[in-house]
Formats: sequence, structure tokens, C-alpha cells
Amino acid sequence: MQFMLLFSRQGKLRLQKWYVPLSDKEKKKITRELVQTVLARKPKMCSFLEWRDLKIVYKRYASLYFCCAIEDQDNELITLEIIHRYVELLDKYFGSVCELDIIFNFEKAYFILDEFLLGGEAQETSKKNVLKAIEQADLLQEVRVECCRSKRFGNFAERDS
Amino acid sequence: MSDVVEKTLSALPGLFDNVTQTGAAKITSGLKQLIRSITELTSKHEEEKLMKQELSAMKEQVSSPNTSMKQMREVMVRAMYCEMLGYDASFTYIHAIKLAQQGSVLEKRVGYLAVSLFLTEGHELLLLLVNTVLKDLQSTNLIEVCMALTVVAQVFPKDMIPAVLPLVEDKLSHPKEIIRRKAVLALYKFYLIAPNQVQHIHAKFRKALCDKDPGVMTSSLHIYLQLIRESPDGYKDLTGSFVAIMKQVVGGKLPMDFYYHNVPAPWLQIQLLRILSLLGREDQSTSEQMYEVLDESLRRAEMNHNITYAILYECVKAIYTIHPKAELLEKAARCIGNFVLSPKINLKYLGLKALTYVVQHDAKLALQHQMTIIECLDHSDFTIKRETLELLFRITNAQNVTVIVEKMLDFLRGCGDEHTVIHLVGKVAELAEKFAPDNSWFIQTMSDVFSIGGDSLQQDVPNNFLRLLAEGSECKEEDDELRLFAVDSYLTVLKGDASHLPQHFLQVMSWVLGEYSHLQECVDQREVIRLLAKLLDQRSVSSETRVWILSALTKISEGQTDLILELAESLSSSQDTVLRQQAQELRHLSRDSQLQECVLPRGAPWDSMEVDSSLSFLDGFVSEALAAGAAPYKPPHQRQEELSEERALNLEPYSFSLPVSLSSCSITDRQSPPLLSVSSGLSGNSTELSQKEGSSTLILEGVRRVWGKDGYLPQKETAATAPPVDEPSIAVHPSGQQEVAERIETQPEPSTRNQDKQQLASSLFVGLGTQSSISLLGKSEAPPPRFRKKPRPHESSSSSSGTSERSSDSSSRSSRTTTDSFLYGSLLEEEPVTSTSTTTNGLSQNKHTEGDRRANTSQILGSDMVIVRPNTIQDRHPPSASSDLTALLPSEIKDLPHSDVISLTSDPSLSLASCRMFRDEALLLVIFICNCTDTVIKDVAVQLTCEELETASLRGNVVDCLEGKSTSVCHYALLMDEPHTNVSFTGTVSYQTQPGHTNTLPFSGTLSTVDFIRPLVVTTEEYGKLWLSLSHDVKQNLKLLTDAGGDPLKTTLNALKDALQLHVVDIIGSEGIVACRLLSGAPCLLHCRVNGSALAMWLRSPHPSLPDCILYHCQRALAEH
Repeated sequence: MQFMLLFSRQGKLRLQKWYVPLSDKEKKKITRELVQTVLARKPKMCSFLEWRDLKIVYKRYASLYFCCAIEDQDNELITLEIIHRYVELLDKYFGSVCELDIIFNFEKAYFILDEFLLGGEAQETSKKNVLKAIEQADLLQEVRVECCRSKRFGNFAERDS
Repeated sequence: MSDVVEKTLSALPGLFDNVTQTGAAKITSGLKQLIRSITELTSKHEEEKLMKQELSAMKEQVSSPNTSMKQMREVMVRAMYCEMLGYDASFTYIHAIKLAQQGSVLEKRVGYLAVSLFLTEGHELLLLLVNTVLKDLQSTNLIEVCMALTVVAQVFPKDMIPAVLPLVEDKLSHPKEIIRRKAVLALYKFYLIAPNQVQHIHAKFRKALCDKDPGVMTSSLHIYLQLIRESPDGYKDLTGSFVAIMKQVVGGKLPMDFYYHNVPAPWLQIQLLRILSLLGREDQSTSEQMYEVLDESLRRAEMNHNITYAILYECVKAIYTIHPKAELLEKAARCIGNFVLSPKINLKYLGLKALTYVVQHDAKLALQHQMTIIECLDHSDFTIKRETLELLFRITNAQNVTVIVEKMLDFLRGCGDEHTVIHLVGKVAELAEKFAPDNSWFIQTMSDVFSIGGDSLQQDVPNNFLRLLAEGSECKEEDDELRLFAVDSYLTVLKGDASHLPQHFLQVMSWVLGEYSHLQECVDQREVIRLLAKLLDQRSVSSETRVWILSALTKISEGQTDLILELAESLSSSQDTVLRQQAQELRHLSRDSQLQECVLPRGAPWDSMEVDSSLSFLDGFVSEALAAGAAPYKPPHQRQEELSEERALNLEPYSFSLPVSLSSCSITDRQSPPLLSVSSGLSGNSTELSQKEGSSTLILEGVRRVWGKDGYLPQKETAATAPPVDEPSIAVHPSGQQEVAERIETQPEPSTRNQDKQQLASSLFVGLGTQSSISLLGKSEAPPPRFRKKPRPHESSSSSSGTSERSSDSSSRSSRTTTDSFLYGSLLEEEPVTSTSTTTNGLSQNKHTEGDRRANTSQILGSDMVIVRPNTIQDRHPPSASSDLTALLPSEIKDLPHSDVISLTSDPSLSLASCRMFRDEALLLVIFICNCTDTVIKDVAVQLTCEELETASLRGNVVDCLEGKSTSVCHYALLMDEPHTNVSFTGTVSYQTQPGHTNTLPFSGTLSTVDFIRPLVVTTEEYGKLWLSLSHDVKQNLKLLTDAGGDPLKTTLNALKDALQLHVVDIIGSEGIVACRLLSGAPCLLHCRVNGSALAMWLRSPHPSLPDCILYHCQRALAEH
């Protein structure tokens, strides 16, 4: 995987993880172009698109778009499942995750991502193990942040399709 | 803003009230405050203002010494947020590293995260992280070790890998699986960025593959996938293990933790399938090992869930990649059917993708799904449409090309994405060239390509098109017909509004009109000139295109002096100097028809033009300039050398780029106006003419291409009136025509739409069913392409010389051998020709012939090469000191001057030594193979390769059996055609100590040009004549040796003579002339003059790079002296 972006329906970037070295300028350009392209797509269209020489795999969960860039020979469907597993992890960790959880605790979202994917490859696919690793590190933290339990968006991890 | 967000915002204050009670919230409250204020803002401008304040507050905070680590952590989180919003917070980078270094575990975690987000590979600050990582890797706190490994696997400076590598390696045997897993991934990362550095731990990867924890094993597969992708042959032995793992996974032997939606370890399965397909590709026996497990996983993956489809897709791909098995192929094909027919669009997409892959093996599958494909062609989703076109591209043949190309062009016209356009337009051009049914269709399609492709079109599309037009086929009439079509079509285009046409198209058109408009007799040349001249006035035309247009005008100007002069007049005041220069040339040429004839011969054969790449016509200019005190030109490497000498430091990263402007130096030479325009054209259009190209007779391909063409406009063209353009694609192909007609008639009625599709299907898939499946694949089996490109002259020559270099027994070589041995029969006849006859010591017998041979040297000088047979002589005397080895040299070369014997390599059984012997026309490389053991070694075979040199060896350079403690000698003749400062050779010796047990011993060494330089014996007069005839020269001041009290010039020249084997022709006063040659090839003359305390050396040679090379070695020789 080359990079992963999370952005809202309004096009606001919520999380970005780059697994290939790119300059800030390129990153901004790619982000801008991709957000535009993906937001313009209709809900019934397929989750893949060819963009430059990459393949983009994206999926929308409630108000958030999760978007991954992979190489041509990679498997698109498994990438979709990577996104879904990440959402499941977030959901389990935050307990019914919503966009606000990710906005206000984005560093946690990064920690989870780093336990799940490392260097662009799936590191640990077992939900239990990822969360165990995170919780161990979290235990050192004084009090778990309890916030943003808003259920207004419904069950975030529920699939749209 | 949407309702949802507004609602969210209204809930915010309440949230914060709750949150601020907790301690952790206080720490991040700065961030929350920031986020809240940003969401309240309504304009981008306000946001920028706020962020500016925020950033300066942060700046203050990080630089304050009172900021605690805890606060720093909070600042870092805010900095990450700011960067995510696109604001530069680079001032915090260094503090992120500090935080990782000094903070407690919690702060460290944020610090490391910030580092991995802020810094990319190669960022200089990363070096500061190395110590921290080292410390944490050795920590007893598991969490710290994990964090260090996590950051290492994401960003780490390449050069510092050796520092942490041992520690990371140790972690592979850590008791905790999470640490082992991360260590494996860190090594994977190292492998990706610096493969050489982890080469020694491949065995440990195997250990990771056998790890009892499935997670660690899965991680190691990333490395294996990469390794196997690079060299599948090295890992065939692991096939069994991979199959066994796959069987266990599919059989459900993994713990429930690894199940994902009731599917066992799908990521692991997919990784394994990929590895298996790489291993089984084109390898029947390996493939056979995996049939069973592939079948099993096809069968198991039945559940209707995305993840099973992901596995199925990978399975299908594997089945079609490995050695085919009918039964599996059938199942896989059914599987693809399920994908294609699925109502889920994602699956449909993958089905198309799989089909695209599979039609290469079995085109009938496309036929089965033709109706679905047709539906997908009109799909509203861009991605689906594009993939469908990709599929159609693969099944194109001469019968359906018109329909498919039309579909592709339709799609392109409505497509706004530049990448897609460039990609597909290239494919259209490829199809058109390969399958074009007739001339008018071809020209029309290419016009579409040029106008749709626009200015981002890849340069090789117009280049290939023009090359095709120019080179033509065997039949001149056909060629001219094609060219005529092009001329007619472009005239029509130009008569319309040409202002919006892309530059490439204009260039193509002007080149074609310039080159071929005379073929069209019914067109007035004046009209053509007027049309082209009109283009020059248009503002949208780029200056590069103007150069093309003017070049075209130059070609057709004959006899139209009045128009041309008028044009030249109006351009002579242009602001563009290149245009002014061309106008000037145009004026000269139009006044002098004889000159015109010789510069631009009409209808001259394509490859007959020659260009003086040595630019010798500029010699006069150069010597004038030099006389006037200009600095001599120095080639880049020489400048670099001087630079490094001066500074003593090697500033590699800032190495020079040299701006060579051909056009700027060519302006004033009156004698060669044609070449002037040639060279200006060259620099303007960046053709691939390489300056360094060896021979002085370069084929002027590049130049012709300079005047080029461009594309044409589609909508216009159909409306246009020119006869040849008017009957375009419709008339081309029976089925295409039918289909178009049909559609026109029936389109409005929905009831007939289905029939419509049937019709389309029949034209799209025509030729697929009846022919054998292979014939679809376009490439090799396609009907002979209509436009057959002639092999490019330089390509063919280089490739043929390439092969002859490689295959030492090619016919040309052997015929030369016979001539040579005929010529020098007396020399060679006593050589044991191919035999490996064991002469105990036959050296003295041949003594008498050596005198003759020395006498023959002058004769040999003239020949271009003598093949020396590497003959092997076995000697039963045990090998002693290496100096004694020269006694074993074959008699016929024994007296040649030679170098010391150098040991090359050795292993327990064999030791190899080499010796260079200098023959006038070649360098002989003698290899001594000593058997160090007491036992017989069998089947010793030597293979020597050197890319830069021509190596002449005998086939069967083999000793059947080498007695214990004996030595065999073989030798090679090496020829250097192109000077290289240093060349390296490599080779292997294979031998058998026991039957069936072949060992190989690799060896390598380097040779310098000096080994290939031979004295050139000439008289002073001959030297003078030769000097004038040579064109490439280099001047340089060298160190003058002043020791020993003798004449410094003499001392220096003698030193050079000894070091480089030069011939000192004459020394007159403070000047000396020296001559040498590259083996028996290109001479190089050196003129040396004492200039104060330096030696001014002027070198000339017919070979462009030889002087540089010799100069380099002179410098080295003097520096070492």
C-alpha cells in the first residue's frame, strides 16, 4: 500500500499515512486531487478507480471516506477488507466510533493503524491482538479518555452496502 | 455546511464540559480548543489567520525552556493536526525527535508518532533519531522496544541501517511474538530500501517462516514475496513448505483469532497464492505440487462475502499464471463467470480485470461474456468503462479493429483525465499501426490520436508515425499512396481553422507537407507555402513548432523565390533568434538552387544522409577562437577531475552538468549552412542524437524527425470536404459499416436496442470464435502488420554486433578466423588448434618461429584482428611460485611483453592466476588454472565475459581432465573498440571433483585502457599529415616532471612512454610529438609543449572519446610518478 487517507464528506482531511517517501508538495497535490475525484463519484459506482499509475480503493463509512492507494497487481478486494478491519478496530476501541472520535483522538487512530499496518503491509490481522497491543501501551496513560460517545451517526462500522 | 455537522457542532460544548473533568483531557484541551475554534470559522481566510496565531504560539511554547515534556506532548499533537490541515509546522520536527529521546514512555509514543508522520526517508533530522532508536531497542521495557521497531519499519535513514541491524536481528529470536513480528517487518523494510545490507540474514528469514506464531510467519511472507518476485528460481525448494502452510490454513488449522468473518487468515492465503503463482510460472513440476491445494481453496471459498471473492480472484490469477491444468482452468473460468455476472459492481470490475488477464491465454472466454462486456462499455462508471476498453484492446484483431478503435476514441473524447488519455491514445496508435485495414483509415485515426492526445502526447507516438511514413515498406507505390493520403488530409485540415490544434499535430503536418507535398501534383506548391506561412502568424503556435514549419518551408521553397523571400524578410525581424537564423538560411537557400539541391535532396533515400558528428567543419572556427585566446573545451570528466584535484575533497553530490549548446557554437561558420540548421534543429527538438556516438557517419534520422507533424481534429474532419478525408472509417470494414448503418437506423427505438447490441457484439467479437485462441493475442500471431516498420538502422547494427560479440562462434567471426589463419598461417599452424593436447613441455621446439613472428608485427599492425585460440596446455609440474607460471606460457606467445602474474582467486581445489600479454592487435589475457589437490579434476570449463570488450575465445575452452598438482593455461584475445578508462571482466570456472558434482569458481578483474594502447610508429611528416586529418581534440595542461636534473620534457615524455606504451616521434626544442593507437585501430596523436612549469598537451584522434581517455591515464601516470 502506498498511502491511506481519511477525509470527511466536506473534503476535510482527518488522517493521512504515507508509506512511500513523497515531498509535502506532492502529498498536498495528491490529497487535493484525490479528495475531489472520490467525492465526485456516485454511491452506486464501484469502489475502485485508476488514478495516475495507481489504483485507488475507497469506501465510505457514515460521513468519513477511507481511501487507500495500491499498486496495480495488488488485490482490490482485500484492500477493501483492510479498510473494513481498520474500521472494526476503531469501532471496538472507541466503542461505536464516529467521526468526532477520530477528530479529537486522531493520535489514537494513528496508534491503532500502526499496530495494524506497518510499512504499508498488514502486520497483525487479528482484532484481539491489535487491541491488546494498544491497550498495553494505553495502560501507562493515566485515565482513558472517555469522550465523544455520540451515537448520532448510527452504528459507524455498519457497512453501507 | 451540512446538517450533520451543524448538529455535531451544537453538541460540542456539552462534550467539552464532560471531558474537561478528566486529567487527560486537560493535556489535550489545547487541541480541542483549536479544533473547536476552527470549526466555528466560516472562511478560509479566517482559518489562515487563526492558524498563524496558533503556530506562533506553538513556536513560543516549544522554544521556551520551561515547557515540560507533558506540555510538549500536547504541542506535538497540535502540530500534527496543523500539518494535517496543510500548515507548515516544521519548527516542531526537531522537538518531536527530542520528545522521543527524552520523554517518558507516553511522551515517547507521541514523539515517535510525530517523527513517523513528519519526516520522510532521507530527511536529515532522521540521523538524530538513530541513537534514540538504539537505546530503545536495548530497553527492557517491551513497549519501548515495540515503539522503536515500529518507527524503524516506517522511516529510517538508509545509511544508518548497519548501526541497528544486529539489534533488530537479535529481536528475531525474542520470546514475545509481537517483537519478532515487528522485527521481521523492519527487516522487510530494510530489504526494500537497501537489499544488500540484509543479504547475510536470509537464513534467519527461513527461521521466521517456520515460526510457531502464525503472525510472525505471515509477516515473513512479505519478504519472501519480494525475494521470489526478483528471482523465483532461488526459492523453488520452498514450494513444498508454502503448499503445506496453505493446506493447513485452508483446512482450518489456525486459531480462531486469525479468522476474519469466518474465513481463515485471508491475508495469509492471498499472500501464499501470490507466492505460489510466481513459483509455478512456466514450471510444470513446481506447478504440479500446487494443483491440489489450489483446487481445495477454490472449493472452500464458497461463502458469499467480499473476502472469499478476494481469495477466489487471487486463486484464479494463480491458476492462469502457473503451468495450465485443464480441470482447474475450467473451474477458474466458471469462477470468472460468477464475477462478471455478479450484480455487485466491485465484483464485476474484478471480473473484467480477470478477463483482461485471461484472454491472453484463452480468448474464447471473452466470447462467452460478450453481452456483459457490451453492457459494461456503456456503463455510467468511468472505471468500468476504462477496464472494458482495456479488455477490448487485448482482443483486437484485423477484423474488429475499426469498431474497437472507434469505441476507444469515443471514450477518449469524453474523458478529462490526462493520464488516461495519454495511456489509451498510445494504445490506439499501437492498434492502428498494427491492424489498419487501409490507408485512409490509418491517416484518419492517427489524426484523431494527435488531436485528442493533445500536447501531453508521448513524443514517440508522432516519432513512430513519421518514421513509418518515411521508411515505408518494400512497395514504393503503396508508400506513396499512403503519403498522398496524409498530404491531402492535412491540407484539408489546414484550410480550416488550425488555431486550436495541438502542437504535435502541427509539427507532424508540417513535416509531412514539407517532405511529401510534391507527390500531389494537382496541388499548387504556392498554396502549401501559403498555408504553412499562415500558421507562422498564429499566436498559439509554439516556437518549436515554428522551427518545424520553417524547415518544411525550406524543403518546398524551390522555385517559389518571391514568396519565400517575402517570408524570410518578415521573419528577419522576429524576436526569436532561432527563427531569424532559419529565415536567413531560407533566404540563402532560395537564392542558390544548387546549394538547395545538395542540402535538401528531394526524395533522397531515408538512410543515406550522413552527418559529421565530429563537427570537424568547425575546426577552423575553433582554432581561430583558440588563437584569439579562448579557453579550450574540456569534457566533463576532465573538469571534474581538475576540480577534485583542486579541492582535494570529492564533492560528488554537486557534480557538474555541462551545458552544451550546439546551436550557439554553430552560428558563424559560413561553409556549412546545412549543418547549421541541422544542429540548431537538434538542440531545439531534443532528438536522441548522442554526441558521443562513435562513428563520424551518423545516420541523420534524428534530424529528419526534427521537422515534424501533429494531430488533427475529429469533429472537424467529418465535416470537412476533402475527398480522401471524407470517406473515413465508415467505408473501411464491412462489419463496421454494417454496424454503423444499423445503429443510425435503429437507435431511437428502444425495442430494437437489444438487437443493436447483438450487432455491436458481432462486430466487436468478430474473428474471435473461429480462429484458434492464440490468434487473438495480437502480438506474435497477428496477421502481418500492415505497416511493417523496417528495423531502425542503428538498432539493427547494434543488435547484430551485440550477438556476434556474444556468440564467439558466429559465422562472421569464424570466417574472419579463417582469413586470419590463412594470412598468418605460418604463425598459427604449430598451435594446437582446438585440442587440449598435453604437451609435457613443448616450449623449446617452437623457439625458432618466434623470431619470424616478431618480424611480422608490422604486418599484423594492418590487420584488424587476429583470433587467438585459447589453447590449453597441461603441465605436469606442480605449480610453484606464480612467477614461474610464465614458463608455462604457450610457445607462440611466450616472448610477447607481458605483465606480472596476478592471482585472481582460489578455492580448495583450484587457484586461478592471470597475466596480460600485449600483442599489437589485441590484448591477450592468459589464465592459469592450477589444480591444488592431488586428485584429478574433470571437465574444467572457463567462461569469460566482458561487456565493453570483444572477447575472442574458442568454443570448448575446456579441459577434460586436469591432473593433480598440474596447471592448465588458456588465453583470450581481448579487443577494445570503444575506449573505456577502465573495464572489468568477470568469469567462472566450472569443474567436477566428483562425477556429477559441478563446482563453479567465479573470478573477476579489471583492465585499463593502458593495456590496449600500442605505440604508433610514424615519421614526423606522417605525423603532420595525420594531425590535420584528425578532428577530435582535447587540450590540457599537465604536470611537468622536473626531477633528476635532466630535460624536463624528455623526462616527462619518457615517463609517459613507459607508463602508456607511447611512441615518441620527435622532440624539437620545447615541443615533443608522441603517437599511439588503440590496439590496431584509432590513432591518437599527442602534441606536447613546455609552457612554464606545465606541459601543455594537445591530443587529437578520429575517435571522440579516445583523447580523453588517454589524457586521463597521462594524468594518472604523472601523478603517480
